[in-house]
Amino acid sequence: MNDMLRPPTDTGIAPLAFEAVAVTHRGQTLLQPTDLRLAGCHRTLVMGPNGAGKSLLLRLAHGLLAPSAGRVSWEGTTPRQAMVFQRPVLLKRSAIDNLTYALAVSGTPRRERRERAREALARFGLAPLERRPARVLSGGEQQRLALARAWLTRPEVLFLDEPTSALDPAAIRAVEEAVRDFHRRGTRILMTTHDLNQAKRLADDVVLLYGGRLIEHTPAERFFADPQTHEGRAFLRGELVW
Amino acid sequence: MPADANAFQTALALILGMDPALLGIVALSVQVSLSAVLIAALLALPLGAALALWRFPGRGAIIVTLNALMGLPPVVAGLTVYLLLSRAGPLGQFGLLFTPTAMVIAQVILILPIIAALTRQQIEELHGEYRDQLRSLGVSRPRMMPTLLWDARFSLITVILAGFGRASAEVGAVMIVGGNIDGVTRVMTTAIVLETSKGNLPLALGLGLVLLGLVLLVNAAAHLVGETARRRLG
Repeated sequence: MNDMLRPPTDTGIAPLAFEAVAVTHRGQTLLQPTDLRLAGCHRTLVMGPNGAGKSLLLRLAHGLLAPSAGRVSWEGTTPRQAMVFQRPVLLKRSAIDNLTYALAVSGTPRRERRERAREALARFGLAPLERRPARVLSGGEQQRLALARAWLTRPEVLFLDEPTSALDPAAIRAVEEAVRDFHRRGTRILMTTHDLNQAKRLADDVVLLYGGRLIEHTPAERFFADPQTHEGRAFLRGELVW
Repeated sequence: MPADANAFQTALALILGMDPALLGIVALSVQVSLSAVLIAALLALPLGAALALWRFPGRGAIIVTLNALMGLPPVVAGLTVYLLLSRAGPLGQFGLLFTPTAMVIAQVILILPIIAALTRQQIEELHGEYRDQLRSLGVSRPRMMPTLLWDARFSLITVILAGFGRASAEVGAVMIVGGNIDGVTRVMTTAIVLETSKGNLPLALGLGLVLLGLVLLVNAAAHLVGETARRRLG
């Protein structure tokens, strides 16, 4: 984890485009028509109060949810993607079997799976827990295992939906370090959080959502120093509530 | 000494003395019900999982039918199989009526809906939890089936044991299609009916005790499996 290579900025990963993407559910608008373009190898942090539509945006981007209107598309070859959820979803198997399963699904030859899974476990500090059932690991260990699983699929784009909201400070640090590792390897990051300090530590640019509306998409430095919108300023002061 | 206390002692003597007539009946019962549960599970587990994973026209009707068939009276199942297998019936040419095979078929019909309906519930619940993650990993629907069946394995074992319980305790169906022929199709439940009506209470009671023990054993196993799974796998 100590290679301090600058991540490549022009990676050839297809840009992701939202064109007038909207989501309605039972007559209720959850996301108003939104345009957004994510390119390069940035770490984009999606922020906003609860219910702003952060998870929705991620699920749309990852293709887990189809928009009610508009279009989500990759401008080029659809990249390899992985997603880490707020509450890690692990199979009822041992830690290592969770990893070899992901490798099997991605078509890795059987003889390579175990070795690569072991490497990933070691990388995320989980080597001693190899045979432990994944579901009885601690919250932090489970999230690291989910990150290890994502790591193995070598994603070009990684989605993280509030991956640290249920973790203690040490586990949060481990997750943030992992996000930096992914980024150094050339992975584009799209992550939601409602922790301002975390966003300051990680973000290259910020997407602010409020009430199902995209308020602004600004480079991080500018967002934190001089937000472009009234809502942005209110959010930074901690005054933006639903 | 009252007659039934005497019968109870004789029953115990029959069990402890490994009475060959009693052992034969117990062995056939277990063999028939195990075969039935094996066949029913092989058909019902994929069926239940498929119903949980795919949406298609008629799916609702199938689910309602399966749920209704969970309460199918055994005598009706027996009668249906009887009509199918009797000489004049569509499957009469195979000469299966009054054989253990006929009893296995009847029990499969009884427990297949139970295993399929409960499997669907379990898999649907697990799928709800896994759906996003599996889709994120790029797991196809056909591939989800073995994944979910394996991850639900402990609750499914309980489901299968429930099927075994119903199969081994049921009397109406095997009576009709088996005919309760001594040494050929006589199982515990049909023997209990016969021996009771003949007044041979010791054998009836002995069989009843064995059956009770078996059902207890199956339920204890189901409980143990469930508890172990919860503790070990979370």
